[in-house]
Amino acid sequence: MDKTKIARQFITAIPHARELGMFLDHLTDGIAVMSMPYDERFVGDPATGVIHGGAVFALLDTCSGAAVMSHARSPGGTATIDLRIDYMRAATPGQRIRARAECYHVTRNVAFVRATATDDDDDLPVATASGSFTVEGLA
Amino acid sequence: MTSRKRPEPVQVVKQRRDAALRALVHGVPYIQFLGVEFDRRGDELTAVLPFHEKLIGNPILPAIHGGVTAAFLEITAVICLSWATLWEEIEAGAFDPERLVDGKIPRLPKTVSFTVDYLRSGLPRDAYARAQVNRSGRRYASVHVEAWQDNRERPFAQASGHFLMPNRDV
Repeated sequence: MDKTKIARQFITAIPHARELGMFLDHLTDGIAVMSMPYDERFVGDPATGVIHGGAVFALLDTCSGAAVMSHARSPGGTATIDLRIDYMRAATPGQRIRARAECYHVTRNVAFVRATATDDDDDLPVATASGSFTVEGLA
Repeated sequence: MTSRKRPEPVQVVKQRRDAALRALVHGVPYIQFLGVEFDRRGDELTAVLPFHEKLIGNPILPAIHGGVTAAFLEITAVICLSWATLWEEIEAGAFDPERLVDGKIPRLPKTVSFTVDYLRSGLPRDAYARAQVNRSGRRYASVHVEAWQDNRERPFAQASGHFLMPNRDV
């Protein structure tokens, strides 16, 4: 079975990803695109209805992990070592949030990823992330 | 010794502070969604994340989702930072905690950046976190957070972040 298919199966089986309604839109060698619908349960600021940063973090983390797993040089599994997020602006209430992650380098032990989250307005990202991940065989 | 005001009964003070904290925490839907609660001892807060199946990120291990851990740490940082500011205002009499209970939640600090280090995998059991506000200025604040499960000496994640403070026109 090819790597993308294994990664796809793994990602779609994650309970928390399902709980947040995450959808894997695209997955090829080292690049993943995932999205998450607007949901009132995920609101972080009740005054404005803006989604909580933690939910955006969860999407970026999952998407980054998927990018690592699908990379040609990754043997299979992965776990986040660290992930940094910069929040540029509030996501517009009511809009879907889309994340795109790119695993740009893989060594024997560490994979490096950068990712971006946007809503309907592609011009200015909602958040950007960069992080490092472990490189592991499939459990 | 005649002019000193008699302190309020302990349960009155305690109840007012706990109600204010509960109103602050329960006002945010995402905190409710994850099920995070706060335990208060004086001005010190401990965040509690009770385990639930929906928090799983790796069903094979199983382990708590890294995104849940990050959100838990960020929630702890924001609430502790907001509480530290509110506490001073409540103690100084500048802010009436009854306003919180009435649903007038003050604006929360906004996260500018947040870095999470995953030290161990999050086990399928309850997690706890405490934040340390290292700097709290008029505009910016810097907070460090640690989360642990069974053993306080063995944190499973830590984070530090910068926050933009809300305008305090209360």
